[in-house]
Amino acid sequence: MDNHNQLPQSLTSRLFHGENNLFQLAAITIITFVLMSALKFDTFFTMRNMTSMSFLFPELGIFAVGMGIAMLTGGIDLSVVGVANLSSILVGFMFIRFFPAEASPAVAALFIASMIVLAILIGALCGCLNGILISVFQVPPMLATLGTMQLFTGISIVITNGQAVVGYPPQYSAIGNGSIGPVAIPLLIFIVILVLFSIASRRTVFGVNLYLIGTNLKAAVFAGLQVKKQLTAAYMLVGALAGIAGIIISSRTNAAKADYGSSYILQSVLVVVLGGVKPTGGKGTVLGIFLAVLALQFLSSGFNMLRFSNFAKEFVWGAFLLVIMVINYYTNERRKT
Amino acid sequence: MASDFLRLVDIEKQFSGVPVLKKVSLSIGQGEIRCLAGENGCGKSTLIKIVSGVYDFDAGSVYINGIQRHELRPVDSINAGIQVIYQDFSLFAGLTVMENLALNTQIEQKKFLVRRKEMREIAERCLAQINVDIGLDRLVGDLSVADKQLVAISRALVNDAKLIIMDEPTTALTQHEVDSLFEIIKGLKERGISTLFVSHKMREMLEISEKITIMRNGVIAADGDIKDFDEAKITYHMIGRNLDDVRFQAPAPSEANPLLRTRNLTRHGAFRDIDIILNPGEILGITGLLGSGRTELALALFGKEPADLGSIYRDGKEVRIDSIQTAMEYGIAYVPEDRLTEGLFMEQSIQRNMFATIYDRFVGSAGLLNLGDIDRKSGDMIRAYGINTPRYNNPVRSLSGGNQQRVMLARWMMTDARILILNGPTVGVDVGSKFAIHEMLREIARGGVGVIICSDDMQEIVQTCNRVLIMQEVRITDEMVTRGISDADISMRLKRARQESYRE
Repeated sequence: MDNHNQLPQSLTSRLFHGENNLFQLAAITIITFVLMSALKFDTFFTMRNMTSMSFLFPELGIFAVGMGIAMLTGGIDLSVVGVANLSSILVGFMFIRFFPAEASPAVAALFIASMIVLAILIGALCGCLNGILISVFQVPPMLATLGTMQLFTGISIVITNGQAVVGYPPQYSAIGNGSIGPVAIPLLIFIVILVLFSIASRRTVFGVNLYLIGTNLKAAVFAGLQVKKQLTAAYMLVGALAGIAGIIISSRTNAAKADYGSSYILQSVLVVVLGGVKPTGGKGTVLGIFLAVLALQFLSSGFNMLRFSNFAKEFVWGAFLLVIMVINYYTNERRKT
Repeated sequence: MASDFLRLVDIEKQFSGVPVLKKVSLSIGQGEIRCLAGENGCGKSTLIKIVSGVYDFDAGSVYINGIQRHELRPVDSINAGIQVIYQDFSLFAGLTVMENLALNTQIEQKKFLVRRKEMREIAERCLAQINVDIGLDRLVGDLSVADKQLVAISRALVNDAKLIIMDEPTTALTQHEVDSLFEIIKGLKERGISTLFVSHKMREMLEISEKITIMRNGVIAADGDIKDFDEAKITYHMIGRNLDDVRFQAPAPSEANPLLRTRNLTRHGAFRDIDIILNPGEILGITGLLGSGRTELALALFGKEPADLGSIYRDGKEVRIDSIQTAMEYGIAYVPEDRLTEGLFMEQSIQRNMFATIYDRFVGSAGLLNLGDIDRKSGDMIRAYGINTPRYNNPVRSLSGGNQQRVMLARWMMTDARILILNGPTVGVDVGSKFAIHEMLREIARGGVGVIICSDDMQEIVQTCNRVLIMQEVRITDEMVTRGISDADISMRLKRARQESYRE
């Protein structure tokens, strides 16, 4: 029998030798940042650019955290953007109909706060439908959420006649456009979400259970985990996050539309995979997702400044993902031997 | 020996500086049935992979049909007629039996279009070689384990095999299926085809092999004619020490209510009119062929697939067990048959695997897990259950079968279970670990827990259980006290029960 120094691995050894390539991803993110700063020092490495970026990536980041939860359980949620649009459209209707024209700041704040809660609830409700389809009716997540994506988008189109919903109160747009000190409010929201979910993933029963369910659903059932409840709760959480993303988008653009932002769906899958979440489930960290979304934002802002066409973004991101996957392959191979 | 088909001399192999095989020699004659025995990690698998060309060897020499091979790639090995049937059989579950058998040949012939008619002929010829009848158009994924194995064997024969290496071929087979497999191996022998049989199971080694090679820690511990060996001797060479033939005696049941009692428990199509009594401190064995309903009975007691009719009494009180959660509330634990797919979270840490069911007992203030307590408890459990690992954060995949099973035991004993049901507790576990697990189960029973073991392994049953039930065609047909009987006695009763049911 070996010696019994049953010590948990240190943080550094987890980062350096952990299988999720976190350290590597951090290095790549920093390299991207340094490279872009070096190439375009006068425009990239400026406060203005940092601020402008900090308004851009939280939306994708929040979608990605939600997508990450779905993928951690071994599933996927293609309906996130549909949920975000539906909830922001419904909230938009509420604003148009009920927001008093000359509201005192207190009333306005209360109204907006309750609308935020409403958006999150709508998101959670949509997610609940996904969760029930997946856990009770055993529809494969990709099909279930493909169906609900169409369903939610369809509802949005019908109730808006395909038009954009406009007329959010100006106070509302502070959420998506305001900042506290130098920090953009969307970034602040994103950071709060990151911290909460990072803690929840390691230090709550629910968080750990999602890792277990994602690793082996059958074993989770045999271990006595309440798999259906937990999966439904996970998809509700994904929906709630989509609701939050919907708030940020609609307040930033001061509008909501049924087909807004559909490119976020696959981009968030890309971020999640890049962030080291195992596509078959059971492995991944919030920190990884954060690093991945940062790296992608540095890339696209940088390329933008290098006077590449804005359309180059898709190409660059795709190429980046492939390069990282190949690098991961080689480092994992080396680790094996 | 001139007629040796394969001869390995002083093979050495290192993995990153660690010697795994040390001067290993092995020879297999034409038409010989040889058993390669040894505990997990003794180097058996590495040796097989050298023979099949997956690994290259560092030193030593390999002769096939007397000709020395300096290099052996997988394709060389196949061309020389060496076929390995791994435990997972490497079949395509989504294709039919015919396609599995015949596609290789079609691909080799570099056909652009496959010819169904030709394939059918090839496939029929294949199955005829071993005299079995399996529907050619059935999907391999739908076949039983035994039939899959037959398909794998006949596929191996397509390529003009001279030596078939079977890696633990009987792990998932019932006694009856094992018997027919042995018939097939004997048939192969008559046609001059050699078999190298890798196994842990004593009875089978003694029954089928002519020669035996026993490995321990990367060296050959013993080699010779099977008639010079008996179970005790094989065990001695495998683990390097003697094991006693132990029997388990349960305490006399007290007057009070039994831990668990069932009356007329029935699940349609699975089991019928089951009356069992389990007393505290007792180890009850349930054996029977595949399809006898014993796994289904265990799953019903654990609430996974609840019974439709009849009653279950827990400590004398009638209870309804309709979900795993209710079973757990009544202190019932279940260690499933298949550790890999039903039991463990392979990529997750040993710790998470142990705590999976009881995380909610470690929730501290603010709803957060008390990781410090969990870490401390992990260390204690690893010591208490003798799990051989340097770190509980290592993935459970890194453990041997025996250690993985200990993790499962630790998981369920932490729930303070009063009734522990195990289905095939030592399948795929090496001999040394097997005896240790049996001792653990006895120890658990001594603590007043009622243990139920579903098993095919008669030796396991006589050595660990004080009582055994025989299930046959969804009913309990026989009950025996194991004191004073041998494993052969149970096998005989089982065989008789089977014959009776055939006659009906």
